[in-house]
Amino acid sequence: MARVVVDVMLKPEILDPQGQAVQRALPRLGFAGIADVRQGKRFELELEGPVDDAALARIREAAETFLANTVIEDFVVRVEEEAK
Amino acid sequence: MTTRVGVVTFPGSLDDRDAQRAVRLAGAEPVALWHRDKDLHQVDAVVLPGGFSYGDYLRCGAISRFSPVMDTIIEQARLGMPVLGICNGFQVLCESHLLPGALTRNDSLHFICRDQKLRIENAATAWTRDYTVGQEIVVPLKNGEGRFVADAHVLDALEAEGRVVARYLDVNPNGSYRDIAGITNAAGNVVGLMPHPEHAVEPLTGPTTEGLGFFTSVLKQLVNA
Repeated sequence: MARVVVDVMLKPEILDPQGQAVQRALPRLGFAGIADVRQGKRFELELEGPVDDAALARIREAAETFLANTVIEDFVVRVEEEAK
Repeated sequence: MTTRVGVVTFPGSLDDRDAQRAVRLAGAEPVALWHRDKDLHQVDAVVLPGGFSYGDYLRCGAISRFSPVMDTIIEQARLGMPVLGICNGFQVLCESHLLPGALTRNDSLHFICRDQKLRIENAATAWTRDYTVGQEIVVPLKNGEGRFVADAHVLDALEAEGRVVARYLDVNPNGSYRDIAGITNAAGNVVGLMPHPEHAVEPLTGPTTEGLGFFTSVLKQLVNA
């Protein structure tokens, strides 16, 4: 089965308090040098059929109407390479 | 004839009974609506109550927005039926694109529960006619994802068109842009509000009874319609 990944991230201009809380904790744990953290969501979609243009178009539509709220979030759709 | 106000129950709705009670105290007949039912059972207005709708794990209100009852509510709201979304109901209205913007995690990351002072900014909507512009009221607020956000141009348009219905006073509990606690659509029949007026309708259980005006307003609106 083919896997398509949809990554959803808050738009850069929207405050991400969760990411900020993680960023503040990192130096306390000894992980220095990290200037910023943004926290997002990753959806892994297993397709029943082939990953063709039509399937990808449907997934983009699903991402736009449902998986992401495009008022506040951006999304990226990509096909994951199959494990050898 | 008695005015019928529907209150939708989604799986996880918490304040549906309180909303029904507020409707009854205001003098209307509350009608329980189930989210899987497309039929609105001849109601004159609808309240989407607070709580936690199923599917909040994606985004608050994101899956509820696709419940069958919402198809009918969206259609009727566009035709002018009064719809009030409180807390989770406000999130459902934003996810439905009946209202602009979105509700995100509180800037403090804490769940906030407090008696909140508000200023009514628009007393011309279907749900705020019994208030006056500038009137200050106190109603409970309880949310984890109550931070209203929108693009600067959307915010400017909301301000310019007088579509900010209520603003937080003294304390901004969740980091909402421009202290916005509630907004309306262009027609004034759809209102979303993060604080809970249905918890401030009786002296025994509320900090005030100043929330009742939202529910009496819609009756007056419907009688005069």
